[in-house]
Amino acid sequence: MLIKRPADVRSSEITDKATFMDRRAFIQAAVGVFGLGALAGEATVTAQQPAPHARKLENIQKSAVSTTETPNTWQQITTYNNFYEFGVDKKDAATYAKSLKTSPWSIAMEGEVARPAVWHLEDVLKGRALEERIYRHRCVEGWSMVIPWIGFPLRDLIAQLQPTSKARFVEFTSLSDPGQMPGVRASYLRWPYTEGLRLDEAMHPLTILAVGLYDEILPNQDGAPIRLVVPWKYGFKSIKSIVRIRLLEQQPIGAWQREAPQEYGFYANVNPTVDHPRWSQAREVRLPGLFRNRATAMFNGYGDQVSGLYAGMDLKRNF
Amino acid sequence: MPSDQFLKRVLKPLVFISALTPAGYLAWAAFTGNLSANPLGDITNGTGDWALRFLCLTLAITPLRRVSGWNGAIKFRRMLGLFAFFYGGLHFLTYVIFDRLAGLDFSEINSPWIATRALATTVSGDIYKRPFIAVGFTAFAVMIPLAVTSTTGMIRRLGGRRWQALHRLMYVSCIAAALHYWWLVRADVRRPVAYGVVIAILLAFRLHWARSRAKQTTSRSVVPQVSSTGQPSQASRRKWSKGCGRAVSSSGVLPTTTNPSAS
Repeated sequence: MLIKRPADVRSSEITDKATFMDRRAFIQAAVGVFGLGALAGEATVTAQQPAPHARKLENIQKSAVSTTETPNTWQQITTYNNFYEFGVDKKDAATYAKSLKTSPWSIAMEGEVARPAVWHLEDVLKGRALEERIYRHRCVEGWSMVIPWIGFPLRDLIAQLQPTSKARFVEFTSLSDPGQMPGVRASYLRWPYTEGLRLDEAMHPLTILAVGLYDEILPNQDGAPIRLVVPWKYGFKSIKSIVRIRLLEQQPIGAWQREAPQEYGFYANVNPTVDHPRWSQAREVRLPGLFRNRATAMFNGYGDQVSGLYAGMDLKRNF
Repeated sequence: MPSDQFLKRVLKPLVFISALTPAGYLAWAAFTGNLSANPLGDITNGTGDWALRFLCLTLAITPLRRVSGWNGAIKFRRMLGLFAFFYGGLHFLTYVIFDRLAGLDFSEINSPWIATRALATTVSGDIYKRPFIAVGFTAFAVMIPLAVTSTTGMIRRLGGRRWQALHRLMYVSCIAAALHYWWLVRADVRRPVAYGVVIAILLAFRLHWARSRAKQTTSRSVVPQVSSTGQPSQASRRKWSKGCGRAVSSSGVLPTTTNPSAS
């Protein structure tokens, strides 16, 4: 991974004029329609603040699968996080993850692989071509963002691990360190946080391991140093700060599924027709908006690419 | 204890201004972009939190008055109760406008009447479909008659006892509000449970007073009408409670929710 000093102005801080004017027009339309849209507009404009100095990633390829929607700002993506290891409030991760030690970092590769071993992060990243993947991110709570992740396809790593013929699932485990993570000291979830994918989901080209955001190294509160991103599933599937990847014959259980199996299924595909037992999933609020007026798309809008994975499956039962 | 003038001229306006501060802050932060990346979430949670806090404060007045012996406390009860209604109302309106109204398909709506009807349908449908919304709505809805009958004139018109009985709906509102919060969180129930504990303690005071009142009744009766279970009969209870009813004094002093020794 190449690291250099940041440039004075990051490309992420520059909004080209056309986009800016589009945004203004949209805001003005919102004001006209609702009379209260000024609130949303104000939030959009003022939240655009420069990032703290982080380390720049180099040689990043653009990706054809990136959305053309305007990404959320660095400020929004790094101050509004569900990262329960640091607390249940959205701002807790930004507050308490600062001291998370992400170097040295290693990941245990276990289970149905040719040679189980502990890999240093440097070895995981060695020789990877990093790509920018601008993905929609839909939280199970009913809000969404657009995030310019930097990462590489998970399939490349799994191929290197040489899964055995028995491997059908992948299980991921997050760091769970009570010394560094105040949320782990509380017991509202059973730690460590785990998540799982079917092997074919993990091998799908849209599934990535992210190590950066806006051309910079992933901030701690967003799951540094390495996290999963599965854009067609609810955000909680995209596990953060991964310390173990295990290939399994049996379907693993995710942390939320273990906590409330009637509310959070193994698949957790974004699906506007299957409500959370307590709230609707039909619509979402695109942050930093004020209105829950955006129709949620099946598979978060990635249906063309991923619906084949679920052909013939009852998605109401396999929610 | 503060004098009546001090209470009326200084303390009450101070409490009033303080109680408006959270709403003022939310409005200021929303207009200046000082909320989080999710302003809708902030406004929804902020107004809900404060509704629950004012419900607890309102419920705490009578225990405070009886435990401390400071009768002036009662003068804040109406204001605090109305602020609970105010924040509950803002919370409900946030949901109606930013969640429900925003979700309507405006391509099919060409008149305010149709919009109103569609809004009523989506709100009532949601209340019917989702227990957690239904419980929250109950917490707010039961406060409507209480707010309407909160004036001194209404107390006089209803009569102290009937007014008191009606205003025990506050207990329902508090329990429903705490349940609504508990039902909403995804994992960490510590905060809703804390509210629940506070409300349970404040309600336990009432239960305790009701019990000791019942005991007093039994011992006071010359010929106690004891049922086979050893409990005072319904008839004797009714007789006692009738004697306990008080008319509102002309000075407009609010009746207190429980005061067994007043008769």
